[in-house]
Amino acid sequence: MFKRPFDRRTFLKGTGAGALALGSGLLTRPAHAAGLTIGILYVGPRDDFGWNQAHAVAAAALKQVPDVTVVEEENVPETVAVAQSMESMISLDGAKLIFATSFGYYNPFMVDMAKKYPDVEFRHAAPLWTEADPKNAGSYFGQLDQAHYIDGVAAGLCTKSNKLGFVAAKPIGTVLRNINSFALGVRAVNPAATVQVIFTGEWSMPVREAEAANALVDAGCDVLTCHVDGPKVVIETAEGRGVKSCGHNASQAPLAPKGFITGAEYKWETIYKDYAAKLAAGEALPNFIGGGFDKDFVQNTPYGAGATPEAIAAADAARAGVTAGKPIFVGPIKKQDGSVLVAEGASLDNYAPELNATDYLIEGVVGSIT
Amino acid sequence: MADTTVPAPSFAFADAFDRVRRSSEYVVIPLLALLASAVLFSLFLLALGKNPVDFYSLVWRGGFGTSFSWQNTLVRASPLILAGLCVAIPARLGMVVIGGEGALVLGGFAAAVTAIPMVGWSPAPLTLVMMAISAMAVGGLWIGFVGYLRHYRGINETISSLLLSYIAISILNFFVEGALRDPSDPNKPSTMPIGPETMIGPMPGTSVHWGLAAGIVACVAVWVLMNRTTFGFAARITGGNVRAAMAQGLPVGRLVLVSTALAGALVGLAGFFEVAAIHGKANASLIAGYGFTGILVSFLARHNPLAIIPVAIFLGGIDAAGGLVQRRMELPDATVLVLQGLMFVVLLVSETLYGRFAIFKSKGA
Repeated sequence: MFKRPFDRRTFLKGTGAGALALGSGLLTRPAHAAGLTIGILYVGPRDDFGWNQAHAVAAAALKQVPDVTVVEEENVPETVAVAQSMESMISLDGAKLIFATSFGYYNPFMVDMAKKYPDVEFRHAAPLWTEADPKNAGSYFGQLDQAHYIDGVAAGLCTKSNKLGFVAAKPIGTVLRNINSFALGVRAVNPAATVQVIFTGEWSMPVREAEAANALVDAGCDVLTCHVDGPKVVIETAEGRGVKSCGHNASQAPLAPKGFITGAEYKWETIYKDYAAKLAAGEALPNFIGGGFDKDFVQNTPYGAGATPEAIAAADAARAGVTAGKPIFVGPIKKQDGSVLVAEGASLDNYAPELNATDYLIEGVVGSIT
Repeated sequence: MADTTVPAPSFAFADAFDRVRRSSEYVVIPLLALLASAVLFSLFLLALGKNPVDFYSLVWRGGFGTSFSWQNTLVRASPLILAGLCVAIPARLGMVVIGGEGALVLGGFAAAVTAIPMVGWSPAPLTLVMMAISAMAVGGLWIGFVGYLRHYRGINETISSLLLSYIAISILNFFVEGALRDPSDPNKPSTMPIGPETMIGPMPGTSVHWGLAAGIVACVAVWVLMNRTTFGFAARITGGNVRAAMAQGLPVGRLVLVSTALAGALVGLAGFFEVAAIHGKANASLIAGYGFTGILVSFLARHNPLAIIPVAIFLGGIDAAGGLVQRRMELPDATVLVLQGLMFVVLLVSETLYGRFAIFKSKGA
């Protein structure tokens, strides 16, 4: 028990030191760098081996461009917090270009900020911009299903059991399209193989992802791939169970030194550097851009130890084809319910608008959407 | 004997001074605790090779230093005030309810569901009132159910409210990804939008929505209820000793039900503001953790409704500054969580200091 009265001297010393620290801090505000300041917002951690890391890798490349300052903020939720963070980047850091990298940042948050700050450019990483939206806003995206198709070609030649596993987050358009493209790649080189899908129902649910990966291996799959926010768990589980794996979003090669085949990666660096160069040259930024291998917006992770020589040869050839515009969806392709998606002799262009509304899985994929 | 010679006026003055002296304990000790946690956190920063002075000046600038920073802070504080009340009210009855998140999520969902069929024909004020009523009703039922389970079935309210939160989140996801999903938005499952004409604008001259004003009014009202009414008196007796309250003939069951329902209604109202002022629809963005941060707010405020306001603003400011700290010092986002955790632990430890300093004791005692 304290019998002494409260020590006033200690208290005064403490508050004095605190006030001094605050005061001196205010005098040493960091100066803004000259040139262009770009703000980037991530919904998760920058080192998630997935979606956010793919953007962070590009941000790191952007920092190497002279006269460009990059300010980054991670773990920004899809709430009013993201609007506040954008505004903070603009008013406190002087950002002139904002990259909003998560789907739910767009409406209403980024659109509202674009209206409020007409002299700042806003770009969002999903194909959402329409003519009705502000002119200083826009969309950029990479057609990752092309890279998943190449993954499928390589994986189809690496499987021995002819069963491949796909751990998927939610049964929405982009995910279903990636599964279908992966399956088309597999069956282009190995028509006997099937792709088994398990949906976890959440973008990030590591426990369920591990369960799904284990269940797929138990069911006889000897190659796993995935479409979840952070593929780390799936790739590590595959490696731990001694099966091969293909990555998604960013490079997971370091996680699977034995079984990694290749992976489907975004290459946001191409887009980010292009925007910075355009602003530096005083040119207007495009409102809507998208592309795949043809525009260098997507790439495959360098082949790992799991890739066989014939898989590498076939994947390289397939990539050259897709880059040149060779279609992925070549008939005959049936949906799971047996209805015809692409007739024999016909094909769908890799940028066909109807593929954006994919709400089905194709024949050769085992597992249901519901 | 000697006391009788003291003139009456100066006696009254001494009495008032004594009151200030005694109540200042509740201000000085938390401030000291915050200072101690700031010192501890400085050591943590030094271990990381970062300058604590830079850190605190950035926190000041990002949270409170400019008019924009203040608005940023207040926007983030708004949901925390109502979420804090959801913990503080039951705490007066000795209950630890930590499931405000679920009531907030369901309140927001109920608000959106109420608004959707009204879009197009109903005037905006009517829609908003109906939304607010349904959000408060659903939130009140949700946490009121926790109170019911506690009093009539003897189920621990901490556990049941937490588990009910997960159920609430699943209910939202079930409907938003299924029957009530807006088919025009294929990639982010949401309900149909309530439409810009229905949404509440910001308070005039600011970018802060009306949820802040509602939260402050609610805090004052709850303070009056708990400190100036017989209901509040009975509630505090119940919190002090349930068996004594029952022996006195106090309607403990009704007190528990009303308090938990009120707590849930207020956090449901926070969900209403999330939908009506921010998102314009219900989706997984409602699950932002405000309900859980509200626990921290209420404990830091020692469950005092009036103290919730500055505490929520303080935490909102730290949150607002977190982004600037990340950007300027290249520290990970978790840094601010470390600071919040340290503050929480030090404040809990400081609870043991109350009544130990003679300076706060009244002279006559």
